[in-house]
Amino acid sequence: MNRTFDRRDFLKLGGAAAALAAAGCATTPQTKARVVVIGGGFGGATAAKYIRLWDPAIEVVLVERANLFTSCPISNLVLGGSKTMEDIRHSYDGLRKYGVQVVFDEALAVDAAKRSVKLERGGELSYDRLIVAPGIDFMYDQIAGYDAAMKTGRVLHAWKAGAQTIGLKKQLTQMKDGGVYVLSVPLAPYRCPPGPYERACQVASYFKKAKPRSKVLILDANPDVTSKGPLFKKAWAELYKGMIEFRGNAKAIGVDPKTNTVKLEVEDVKGDVLNVVPPQRAGDIAVKAGLITANNRWCGVDWRTLESTAVKGVHVLGDATLSAPLMPKSGSMANQHAKICASSVVALLNGRSPNPQPKIANTCYSYVSDDEAIHVASVHTWNDKDKTLTTVPGSGGVSAARNALEGAYAWAWATNIWQDMLG
Amino acid sequence: MRIAIVCAAALGVASMAASAQDNDAGRDLAASCAMCHGTNGRGAVGYEPLAGMTKQELVRKFTEFRSGAKPATVMHQISKGYSDPQVQLIAEYFAAQKR
Ligand code: HEC
Repeated sequence: MNRTFDRRDFLKLGGAAAALAAAGCATTPQTKARVVVIGGGFGGATAAKYIRLWDPAIEVVLVERANLFTSCPISNLVLGGSKTMEDIRHSYDGLRKYGVQVVFDEALAVDAAKRSVKLERGGELSYDRLIVAPGIDFMYDQIAGYDAAMKTGRVLHAWKAGAQTIGLKKQLTQMKDGGVYVLSVPLAPYRCPPGPYERACQVASYFKKAKPRSKVLILDANPDVTSKGPLFKKAWAELYKGMIEFRGNAKAIGVDPKTNTVKLEVEDVKGDVLNVVPPQRAGDIAVKAGLITANNRWCGVDWRTLESTAVKGVHVLGDATLSAPLMPKSGSMANQHAKICASSVVALLNGRSPNPQPKIANTCYSYVSDDEAIHVASVHTWNDKDKTLTTVPGSGGVSAARNALEGAYAWAWATNIWQDMLG
Repeated sequence: MRIAIVCAAALGVASMAASAQDNDAGRDLAASCAMCHGTNGRGAVGYEPLAGMTKQELVRKFTEFRSGAKPATVMHQISKGYSDPQVQLIAEYFAAQKR
């Protein structure tokens, strides 16, 4: 708090800030503080918008490397063929009407003592509070040969939507009928717990129409399906009979693109398309900023404020956090983290104490076909005894059965959460 | 902290503090509905707008979801996560929003 209202901070501006000024976005006299947000995903973009919504006197600069947002939720439907890349790509322009300054640049380093972020092209940005919402990066070294295999383009994860989604779709399109698509799932926790099983449905749905003799083989490092297991298994049995094989305790330890092989601890498995999703950790900038506190992977936070337990004045959102109990790494959760964070940042910068009792809700929809979906929902609230967010007893649950009504709700959810973060 | 409070007062925001705190509780709870029902309960496609719904109507529907009287795909599960006083705060917040 101590430097919050120091005018000099606004004068120590580097290239990015100078560019903002040149673009007519200079700090106005009414501005009481500046918040910098690194990462324009479900967490970062939502936080940027909501801080402006709740206190327009706070200057918000969002630093994002891509000039279009590409959504991971719904990206499996691009593989299935019922949606396109255009459907999951969205502009950041909508944030401008809230007065969020969007800077397309790469954050290279954070100097928490100086309270500044170093950008690749735009010099330095000073901040009063920093929000780091970097999503995940991959631990390629956990799978022997992965780096090299990925460089050949033969092995993809497609676990960040974008170029790899397009690449994987192309491989599926080019695969011969009768081929085997192998999907390797890392040990939990990873981004989007039901994501792999939805992807299996979507690829099988495409095969059913275009290559009916083909197979989906799920090699899961976990002992069993980690989310909505009975609902997914029922869909596999009823909609894609004989097409999807699930193997638990099947952790990938290596890949060889020359022989099209995924190496497990006890055997090698061959496939025609190898979609190997490596284990994950908080995004690189969180590592560089010293925000990692758990297992060299995740960022510990105070769940009342999302402030880092390692670095004061820095908040971490979304998949990068060390998840609270039973909390999935989902777009939904990142959206809700962002609102706890926005509320507390606004309170703190106005000299008030943050909301002592935050409560947030999660819903993850998964499409098991073109038009039928299932969900898992939960409500998480501050628990004074455990000093974390825990689920409200009796709340939450899963769909009774897959259904088309929820297929419609799932698409509406995606449209509305994109709007809630970007528009 | 001391400096911050002094500065905040200088900016004329400290006087807002007490009342803002209560409003924030409703606002923050209502924000957890926005990913489906739209920011401030407005503009969502495929879901009922909550902005401008009377307090009475929202409380009634929400309570009916909780009891199972109103059919639902997901609201029966979400509604069980909020206490009666919290539903009141949420309903007051949405009732005060422009449609
Ligand atoms: C995951 C998406 C989701 C979230 C989050 C959500 N809702 Fe809903 N809401 C729905 C759906 C879907 C329906 C339709 C009933 C059903 O199928 O559950 C609905 C219906 C309603 C209705 C009835 C509207 C009408 O006129 O019939 C009310 C009231 C409501 N929600 C309030 C809330 C409140 C308050 C919150 C936040 C505490 C909330 N909802 C959070 C999905 C959501």
